[in-house]
Amino acid sequence: MSELLLEGVPRRGLILLFALLALLLLLPLVVNDYLVTVLILILYFAYVGQAWNIMMGFAGQLSLGHALYVGLGAYAAAALYVHFGVSPWIGLWVSMAVAAAAGAVIGYLAFRFGVAGVYFAILTIAFGEFARIGFDHWRWVGGSAGFFLPVANYTSNDILSLRGSPTMFYYIVLTLTVAAFILCHVLLRSRAGYYWLAIRESPEAAQALGIDTFRYKMYAVVLSAAMTALGGVLFAFYYNNLFPEQVFHISRSIELILGPIIGGIGTLFGPIIGAFLLTALAETLGEVMRALGVDLPGIKQVFYGICLLVVVVFLPDGIWPPLSRALGLQKKPGEGDKGSR
Amino acid sequence: MPAEIYLNVAVSGLLTGLVYGLMALGLSVVFGVVRVVNFAHGEMMTIAMYLAIELFSAFKLDPLVMMVPIAAVLFALGYIMQLGLINPFINRPEHSQFMLLVAVALIVVNGLLIVFGPDAQSVQTRYAFDSFLLGPLIVDATKIYAGIAAVAVAAVLFAFFRFTLVGKAIRACADNYAGALVVGLDVKRLYALTFGLGAACVGAAGAMMVLLVDVTPQLGPAYTLLAFVIVITGGLGSMPGALLGGVLIGLTEALGGLLFTPSAKSMFAFGLLVLVLLFRPQGILGKRPA
Repeated sequence: MSELLLEGVPRRGLILLFALLALLLLLPLVVNDYLVTVLILILYFAYVGQAWNIMMGFAGQLSLGHALYVGLGAYAAAALYVHFGVSPWIGLWVSMAVAAAAGAVIGYLAFRFGVAGVYFAILTIAFGEFARIGFDHWRWVGGSAGFFLPVANYTSNDILSLRGSPTMFYYIVLTLTVAAFILCHVLLRSRAGYYWLAIRESPEAAQALGIDTFRYKMYAVVLSAAMTALGGVLFAFYYNNLFPEQVFHISRSIELILGPIIGGIGTLFGPIIGAFLLTALAETLGEVMRALGVDLPGIKQVFYGICLLVVVVFLPDGIWPPLSRALGLQKKPGEGDKGSR
Repeated sequence: MPAEIYLNVAVSGLLTGLVYGLMALGLSVVFGVVRVVNFAHGEMMTIAMYLAIELFSAFKLDPLVMMVPIAAVLFALGYIMQLGLINPFINRPEHSQFMLLVAVALIVVNGLLIVFGPDAQSVQTRYAFDSFLLGPLIVDATKIYAGIAAVAVAAVLFAFFRFTLVGKAIRACADNYAGALVVGLDVKRLYALTFGLGAACVGAAGAMMVLLVDVTPQLGPAYTLLAFVIVITGGLGSMPGALLGGVLIGLTEALGGLLFTPSAKSMFAFGLLVLVLLFRPQGILGKRPA
């Protein structure tokens, strides 16, 4: 197991990684509550970005409807908790199952009928929009008026019901992010990982080599959907309110994929670096605007748009590949597998 | 419910569908030639809609008359966008082109939000409440004017591609990229021209659409999606397909809204899209990709 975990990781990278982990573990002890909430946001986007990356970065299937899985996960666990008092620790399995099933349906329909590329991306949007309008009219979970969880009692942390302080959520989302990172690292070195990369690079060649492309694309979608749903559970219990117009909206799907794209699609650190840069810069921008007394509702998204534009034009592989070379963590381009760390 | 209500709603859906069709025509032309999916299509339409609203509220200029200058402005915008931004991306992977246009879309939606605010705006023309009585039917004047204008613009575009030399050259680029280069066509410029034409279509459609709906910046993504649904239903890259798809979606939305609740109307459009993608992925009038 440890061989699988450490194989091919440069010593320097390992030291940096543990230093980063130690820093993240200790940070809530020194920073204020506001910064903890920003860190939660960063880790949340790093986590769901990592989940999306399995589908796009590893298996090459562009999903623009990941808000669907976030929303299904959020609503499933929240509805079980509010209506039946089921603990989110049990509910999250239902959430993952529901999202995985949705992913399986979309994947099955698309891959069986040969829907690929742009068409596949639009199919994922269509299902997301379908769910958004559907939940808008579903009274049992509040419809368009929103669905609310009983507000957390901040004086004590009830981890069984996920009611508690931001610091508690911080450690939960940190655990999730680390777990997803390790899982992706292992996956990339597994048979499935190599099959995915083969499918991403050339579906026809992969098929000709005898890879069951349908099956492995399905694995990617189902795994990605289930992981994203966990992010949704956290979202529901952290924010305590769910509106279909917000949770399922296409702009949520786009927000979620900005991190891995800016960081570097298909890399393990891309989603983390991207989430950190975007969230930190957007929060700074928000602070500056507040300090200047300017209130422009769309400014954050314009900023996201400009970041995205600059990165796709000037750094088509994202920030991580050149950064890791600069840090001496990666072989020179041309040696070994491109950008897989 | 009496049958006339269904007929009335169907006619109104059909006329709105013609404007949808013109909007989608722009997307389809660009995809058919440049092979880039314009993810900022609906956002470009909202630019045209705000132009129309500003011209009307400032100078009382009728959107149907202003359609021509607005289309010209959008043409210029599209031309510059293709030359400056998209041409370098022609040989990049699909997702990378997609992201570029998503970025443009994000900037446009929220730029409009900053400039015009989130509140809905509309145009009140003299004929806003007029209607025509055709036998048992009562049809809104605005919808008739908009529908006729949409057909007229589409006809001009068809004629351009069919009968002019430039139109022929653009079709040559679409058919055979390498061949077009060999015979000495300036492909990059023709691409820019095509993107400009696509943008002009959506500009004209936007000027008509302000007569039918209230404008908010958030309409952009909604119309981008709608345009996708239409061109995929009709056949991506097929010009008659885009118009047919527009009419179909217009009818589906109108009748779906009547039979169920109006707020759920786009669910029916998406339902239609899923069916088409699964059973005829090339669209109703599209050719099967090689």
